Amino acid sequence: MMQLVAHWNYFAVIILMMVGLYIAISRGNLVKKVMGMNIFQTSVILLYVSMGKVSGGTAPILIEGRDDIIYSNPVPHVLMLTAIVVGVASTALGLALVVRIRESYGTVEEDEIVALDRAEDEREFSGEAG
Amino acid sequence: MTGDRVMGESIMGPTVEIVLFVFMIGLAFYIASLRSLFAAAMLFGIFSLLSAGALTMMDAVDVAFTEAAVGAGISTVLILGALGLTTSVETRPIHHRFTAKLVVTATGLMLAYGTLDMPAYGDPDAPINKHVAPHYLYDSETEIGIPNVVTSVLASYRGYDTYGETTVVLTAAVGAILLLGGGVARRRRETGSSE
Repeated sequence: MMQLVAHWNYFAVIILMMVGLYIAISRGNLVKKVMGMNIFQTSVILLYVSMGKVSGGTAPILIEGRDDIIYSNPVPHVLMLTAIVVGVASTALGLALVVRIRESYGTVEEDEIVALDRAEDEREFSGEAG
Repeated sequence: MTGDRVMGESIMGPTVEIVLFVFMIGLAFYIASLRSLFAAAMLFGIFSLLSAGALTMMDAVDVAFTEAAVGAGISTVLILGALGLTTSVETRPIHHRFTAKLVVTATGLMLAYGTLDMPAYGDPDAPINKHVAPHYLYDSETEIGIPNVVTSVLASYRGYDTYGETTVVLTAAVGAILLLGGGVARRRRETGSSE
């Protein structure tokens, strides 16, 4: 039980992560999928940063002439700064794909896109046969 | 190794973080249940802002303001822009797919099992705090000369990471421009040919 309390950050992050994953795999709407991906990404950032937290620590900005200050770990912060920027780049690219799909298919619902693709395939197949 | 509690460390432990996480989990579940994509986009902005608050409480101030600017700002604007170009309501009713729930629950349980032997929250003796972090904290002042350790690691020790990140952003920008700009040119061609 004590371990569960001490590991609260992992469990909270896992719940967030799984909600994001659920949105990404169960929703047919492509924009909603991107939102789920974003929630997943934010939870990964929180996971890394929560691992670098030192209790009693403060932000890793050095104060001159003080040796008694505990600083939190700066390494996960640096890695997650990169991850945020890469994440927004992948969001932008994903949303651009969604807009492009909307132009071609007239819909952003996954099942309608699959149905349109199937109909297209069948038309081509029957055209070759005939 | 509790050390001197200085610089505004709260004596309550991680209460604020836990409250922020509870709000974020509630928001995430609500976003999952919403059909109005516009409302979901706005709630996603609030979600990002709350996560920026949690990051501040975990001493990651640089990550927090990047998340507040990029996650809550630019991502929300991008999603709203995409909604403006597509549609703002999910046409399908929300049905709960059993397979998806099963996959998500199984993955979550496996991840939770995997974290059981991880170090506790705030543990100063965790392996993550033993490798290069002390070197950055103790020596970056003399080696780089910038008080903010995150900046000296980002720009100097791990400068190539940042360079790679810039390349990724450039690639994504080129990809997005090609995808969207192609559409504009095609439309112009189509209207030109019909005239």
